Amino acid sequence: MTTTAYEPNMVLVNETFDVVGTRPIRHDGADKVTGRALYGADFDTAGLLHGKILRSPHAHARIKSIDTSKAEALPGVLAIVTAKDLPTTKAGVIVDFGEGNMELKYLRDNILASDKALYKGHAIAAVAASSPHVAEEAAALIDVQYEVLEPVLTAPEGMKEGAPLVHEDLKTEELGEKTDKSSNLASHFRHTKGDLDQGFQEADIVVEREFNTVTVHQGYIEPHPATALWNQDGRLHIWCSTQGAFVVRDSCAQILDIPVSQIRVVPMEIGGGFGGKINVYLEPVAALLSKKTGHAVKIVMSRADCFEGTGPTPGSYVKVKIGAKNDGTITAAHAYLAYEAGAYPGSPVGAGGMCVFSAYDIDNVVIDGYDVVVNKPKTAAYRAPGAPNAAFATEQVVDELANKLGMDPIDLRLKNAAKEGTRRADGPVFPRIGCVEVLEAMKSHPHYSAPLEGPNRGRGVSIGFWFNIGLASSCSISVNDDGTINLVEGSTDIGGTRASIAMQAAEVLGIAAEDVRPSVADTDSVGYTAVTGGSRTTFATGWAAYEAAQDVKRQMIERAATVWEVDADSVEFDKGAFKSKTDPELSMSFKDLAGRLSSTGGPIVGRAAVNPQGAGGSFAGNIVDVEVDPETGKVEVLRFTAVQDVGKAIHPSYVEGQMQGGSAQGIGWALNEEYYMGEQGQMTNTSLLDYRMPTSLDLPMIDTVIVEVANPGHPFGVRGVGEANIIPPTPAIANAIHSATGLRLERLPMNPGAVTEAGWKQRK
Amino acid sequence: MHWIDYVNPHSVREATELLAEHGESARILAGGTDLLVLLRGGTMDNVNLVVDGKSIPELNEVTYDPQAGLTLGAAVPCYKIYNNQAVAHAYPGLIDTASLIGGTQIQGRATLGGNLCNAAPSGDSIPAMIALSGVANIAGPSGNRSVPVEDFCTAPRQTVLKRGEMLVSLHFPPPVPNSGARYLRFIPRNEMDIAVAGAGVSVVLDNGTIKSARVSLASVAPTPLFVKEAGEALVGMPATEESVRIASGLARDAARPITDMRGTIEYRKHLCEVLTRRALLTAIERAKEA
Ligand SMILES: Cc1cc2nc3c(=O)[nH]c(=O)nc-3n(C[C@H](O)[C@H](O)[C@H](O)COP(=O)(O)OP(=O)(O)OC[C@H]3O[C@@H](n4cnc5c(N)ncnc54)[C@H](O)[C@@H]3O)c2cc1C
Repeated sequence: MTTTAYEPNMVLVNETFDVVGTRPIRHDGADKVTGRALYGADFDTAGLLHGKILRSPHAHARIKSIDTSKAEALPGVLAIVTAKDLPTTKAGVIVDFGEGNMELKYLRDNILASDKALYKGHAIAAVAASSPHVAEEAAALIDVQYEVLEPVLTAPEGMKEGAPLVHEDLKTEELGEKTDKSSNLASHFRHTKGDLDQGFQEADIVVEREFNTVTVHQGYIEPHPATALWNQDGRLHIWCSTQGAFVVRDSCAQILDIPVSQIRVVPMEIGGGFGGKINVYLEPVAALLSKKTGHAVKIVMSRADCFEGTGPTPGSYVKVKIGAKNDGTITAAHAYLAYEAGAYPGSPVGAGGMCVFSAYDIDNVVIDGYDVVVNKPKTAAYRAPGAPNAAFATEQVVDELANKLGMDPIDLRLKNAAKEGTRRADGPVFPRIGCVEVLEAMKSHPHYSAPLEGPNRGRGVSIGFWFNIGLASSCSISVNDDGTINLVEGSTDIGGTRASIAMQAAEVLGIAAEDVRPSVADTDSVGYTAVTGGSRTTFATGWAAYEAAQDVKRQMIERAATVWEVDADSVEFDKGAFKSKTDPELSMSFKDLAGRLSSTGGPIVGRAAVNPQGAGGSFAGNIVDVEVDPETGKVEVLRFTAVQDVGKAIHPSYVEGQMQGGSAQGIGWALNEEYYMGEQGQMTNTSLLDYRMPTSLDLPMIDTVIVEVANPGHPFGVRGVGEANIIPPTPAIANAIHSATGLRLERLPMNPGAVTEAGWKQRK
Repeated sequence: MHWIDYVNPHSVREATELLAEHGESARILAGGTDLLVLLRGGTMDNVNLVVDGKSIPELNEVTYDPQAGLTLGAAVPCYKIYNNQAVAHAYPGLIDTASLIGGTQIQGRATLGGNLCNAAPSGDSIPAMIALSGVANIAGPSGNRSVPVEDFCTAPRQTVLKRGEMLVSLHFPPPVPNSGARYLRFIPRNEMDIAVAGAGVSVVLDNGTIKSARVSLASVAPTPLFVKEAGEALVGMPATEESVRIASGLARDAARPITDMRGTIEYRKHLCEVLTRRALLTAIERAKEA
């Protein structure tokens, strides 16, 4: 991460702040760099047992029988659980955790398969034993008889008539209406705006292409850990690594059929999530094992478990057709998005539909989205889930339009850019957004005008949109008598949010960021707080901290008034000091007043619970230079510039870190990452050796340009910054490869073999 | 639970006796960068005895003599090879591979002997050693024998070693004047990857003409491949790109890869041509400078 001030940053807010916008050292930094921070797998307690999950070797199979007798007989084994140990599920019960609905049966079946194994890696049974090794050996002794069924592995395959059915009872929902058609197509939605046919008739030029992407994983470095203790008093305690302690609590309550008040979830430090640590996998299993044994039970996944037994982001088939006039005005656009949901309905195709054309102001649009179940792990969120698949298509088609029209690709985008007042095809009308500003920053960046020297080199650009979310957050602040504050919040800290939240409280109270002690509390100790996801934490929990600090300020003003025996209305707070509006003699710093609290009426605690709307979408764009080895097809990224509208960068270093992280993941997705599947649905590259995420040697310096177009929906103008940055890399790199080689890559990943073979195909 | 015993013998004899007694269930431990991974991965469940080779003097030998050549003990880690200036100067083709296996940490442990005995089709040092006419010195219950490196691997993870036998050292003939060697592999990332294909080559020049050459490939057959005909085709030819193309075409034809997650048959055969050509051109440059 770069710590020097960034010259190219475009700051478009005039308001100046004391703490917001500075780069203090993060509050959790010392613990993390010294290795003292406690992550989920570090948890230990008296009598701890170790769990191991037995997973299906088949992508699609009926479970005929499970014989655990041999495993039970192994010395050191204390308990074995299967789906039979879960509460029985009535069909049709729907649960909702704020981020989408799910059928309770599906939720439970994904924890432990009841009738069918729906993907390789599907959990079938679990063992608790005296050591991880005994647990592993015992799991291998469980005898499961399967009737192996033919798997369905892609969305187009799954939608075919006569395809094997993943769920015999699943009926297609067609444009919001339940049909009685049994199919792997869980739902089809459509957004329309204007008149598509008319729009294409107005076009002078039309480009249409089909694209395919494959399953990829978030690739967080810390594998999932969970420990559960089902205490003799009936309370269930869970220590885990999660993006949302309350989601774990609520999910476990549903899955185990116990009240939320019986569960306490303690979020440990988290080693990356990127959306993949929202759903629960291990927690309910550890809980069942603990209930049976009376001991705490810890389960830690292996890397292969993470790939095969969690929630990656889907493979997809996307067809995009765009028409434009000779002057570059886009007149019509159609998208056909078919996403793999994985084993249960609920792919991110909805979000794909919200983002596919949202960087553009187009009059005539149709967006068709298809959610298709397949025999792969149930997909989960991954950084702007669904949007990169869509942008890989749209942004290449727009690039091709620019080439054919002889227009500069940024000018074409600027000509059609979405702005305040533009209505998206999926409904919402944009408030103030920064799409134009991001494109302008790209165009004026020295990278864009730098000459591209040498053979086999090319430059590509692209832009992406992510809507961000609000949701509930809670925070409380207590004032210490030395003038510092303790801030308690419920958002697990993945990317430096302790700092970015603390800074917003510090700004309100006129104190230094270092004078705030932020801590992430368990679910017994803080108000409800939604997940760290959807780029919401600095926005929403930051807002809660802002409001809690305002509450403290209000109470401190009252206290000052009491001390001075004046009316509270006559006291103001300015630049870290309480002052009388009328008597210049009466002035007290925050610190002074804090030191007098105990003698003037007792402690002060501020609190806030918020549920803000108006998250304010974020746009991110890339300029990328590549060199393609014409003989091996290997793509080297030579230069990479990431530009993003962030509203207001509370802590610019962490904003840059988010932009660089999203870019790095996008580069990996573009060039090498993939679930390489055997014909029977077996992933063959389940290690980080063969699932090729980029290493530091595979990445150039990722230059960042922070554009600040204040979000009118937040006190400091914050927009979420965590996700939009992963959207533009795949198409920007594809466009750069096209500029270097003339090849249009319609498939991800664009690995050396794929690039070489595309070259052969073109030459034929 | 699966228990594994560890012994640390101080002589070749002690080690071979243990190997003879335990057969398949015993394994020599050199750097352990393959062995420990395999043991943990559960693919070696029959193994219950690990015999450390690192305390045996012969396995730690590094002797270079311009007349006698180079003897490398089977337990000498990569970093000791490239940090030895005399060796680095005499065998740049060997340094290509010693400095490429894994990363810095791995090179602190990994050995060429282990790379060879592990007998992976993708073992990066094996084509380089074949190109340099390396010989494996083997000790066993019935005495010592030597086998050319190209004959050492017989199938994936299988070697010519018989019950009770172990690799003691590797020997390389002294570099002749006007000779050069090169190992090149192709990986999609820039480090931490397994070769999609690799090519180890050596050439000896005589006034712009190729006097002799050897070509060997990794990752494109069940064992590392010695492509004898590719080297022989160069004998007597001018040291030009045109000649090199003939040999690299033969290398492509000799490759027998499979399609898997690392690449398709067509792509890997194509890479054999590219890598052999590029490696030969560099080897020729090195020979001219030598
Ligand atoms: C992170 C990582 C990266 C890697 N990168 C590469 C790479 O880029 N290229 C590559 O080719 N490999 C790579 N490897 C694999 C491995 O490092 C190499 O094959 C290495 O050369 C093995 O040497 P070792 O000394 O560690 O062997 P060990 O693991 O000690 O032994 C390997 C095998 O040989 C046997 N053996 C060892 N010595 C003897 C002997 N004297 N007699 C008989 N049998 C013996 C062992 O019993 C075992 O079966 C990598 C491994 C890791 C973990």
